[in-house]
Amino acid sequence: MKHLLQIDDLDREGIENLLHLAEAFAEVNRRPIPKVPALRGKTVAMLFYENSTRTRVSFETAARRLSADTMSIAVASSSVAKGESLRDTAQTLEAMGVDAVVIRHHAAGAPHLLARWLDASILNAGDGWHSHPTQALLDCLTIRQRLGSLAGSQIAIVGDIKHSRVARSNVDAFTKLGARVTLVGPPTLMPPGVQTWPVEVSHSLDAVLGQMDVMYLLRIQQERMTEPLLPSNREYVRTFGLTTERAAKLDDSVLLMHPGPMNRGIEIAGSLPELDQSVMVDQVRNGVAVRMAVLFALLGSGNQMDSMLPAAATVGAQQ
Amino acid sequence: MAERERRGAPPYGGVFVARTQVLAADELQRAIWRMAHEIVERNHGADHIVLVGLQTGGVPFAFRLADAVEKIESTRPAVGSLDVAFHRDDIGIRPVLPEAPTELPEDLDGKIVVLVDDVLFTGRTVRAALDAIHDFGRPRSVQLAVIVDRGHRELPIRADYVGKNLPTRRDEAVNVTSDGVELGEVLK
Repeated sequence: MKHLLQIDDLDREGIENLLHLAEAFAEVNRRPIPKVPALRGKTVAMLFYENSTRTRVSFETAARRLSADTMSIAVASSSVAKGESLRDTAQTLEAMGVDAVVIRHHAAGAPHLLARWLDASILNAGDGWHSHPTQALLDCLTIRQRLGSLAGSQIAIVGDIKHSRVARSNVDAFTKLGARVTLVGPPTLMPPGVQTWPVEVSHSLDAVLGQMDVMYLLRIQQERMTEPLLPSNREYVRTFGLTTERAAKLDDSVLLMHPGPMNRGIEIAGSLPELDQSVMVDQVRNGVAVRMAVLFALLGSGNQMDSMLPAAATVGAQQ
Repeated sequence: MAERERRGAPPYGGVFVARTQVLAADELQRAIWRMAHEIVERNHGADHIVLVGLQTGGVPFAFRLADAVEKIESTRPAVGSLDVAFHRDDIGIRPVLPEAPTELPEDLDGKIVVLVDDVLFTGRTVRAALDAIHDFGRPRSVQLAVIVDRGHRELPIRADYVGKNLPTRRDEAVNVTSDGVELGEVLK
């Protein structure tokens, strides 16, 4: 595996191998000194054309815990502001000798272009509405830790599906691991062509509330809307917000998830993230482990990730 | 089996074919008894000892040494396991992937850590383990116990407790299981 551009490039086994690797890094993160020399001498560049706190810090933390060097390009204060093209910026980075570029871009497909232009490994940290593969992997890890497995579980993804790269990547990853996904939201926030996705679609949150193992809530992405798609925030809260009244109908074992940043009081009532069944903090913690796993798989395992066998098979092979 | 042998043939080791048996199960158990005696003799008892098995081959022997020490001293030393994959020096050359969990008891400050592995070969796994151990604290001392020392060191490392010194050719392979020790080849 050379790049991580989208979940689509991974099969079920590939996802499970990365999650297995991520568990090993989760253990590293619990050590008194959570740092290993695995990627010593490698350089990872962060190229963020869109605002981000958790993803950028998470990738930087992951790279540093693997002893890689990081450079962070704040696009607003760089040559990009002077009109430099994506290709020129990327080639400048490559000339400085980076081994991997973590890119977030407002245009879908930008990481794919970089992968064509550069020799470095490209990690997609979110491109437009399209894909956010490490988010999907960390969500899978979080669900697996809590429920044991995704196979057969019922997952509702609620909210602004249309503008959400998280929803696209998660539908892909969840269904590959055997979960059944229901998308919930108003028709205006459903993506075109949703009937071809391997999911159920519902326009009533109350109708699906009792049947789910995981409630995955999304932020309304006002900044991506070019036309009014919702009457008002209050109207949205009334029909699709996870209010305390709706949450009271949920079983205590139902996981509440959110990729962040949250708008408390809109898609989720202000007090709910503090519940035991809310795993947003686990998601952030797992994000570092998953990104360590991806960086290690791309840069550290001698590109042998494809032939990786699960631990049990390795031990068996010697006898 | 030493890490290098296991990774030797793609994808992950060929088939091990035994040529001779070096230690039978009962001889192996006697060697473990002797090593346990040596460990408690040298450290004046079993206090402060933590036996750390190196994943994956060393872990069962860390437990067996702990059983033996417990019978001798009637106190059971702590046992842990350590996977050194992320500390290896051959990352990027050959596939290096973690195999099994690292679980170390509490913190290691002031403890006597005895690293336990099945086969000592080039010494590179032990070098990685010495590195990894220091992320968990500052042990009073670190010692090394191996079931088989087969020679061919590539680093200045030696074992403190050895079950069996076994002269080998480089291209041979040593297989250590609970049933004993065999010498043979890995066929690709």
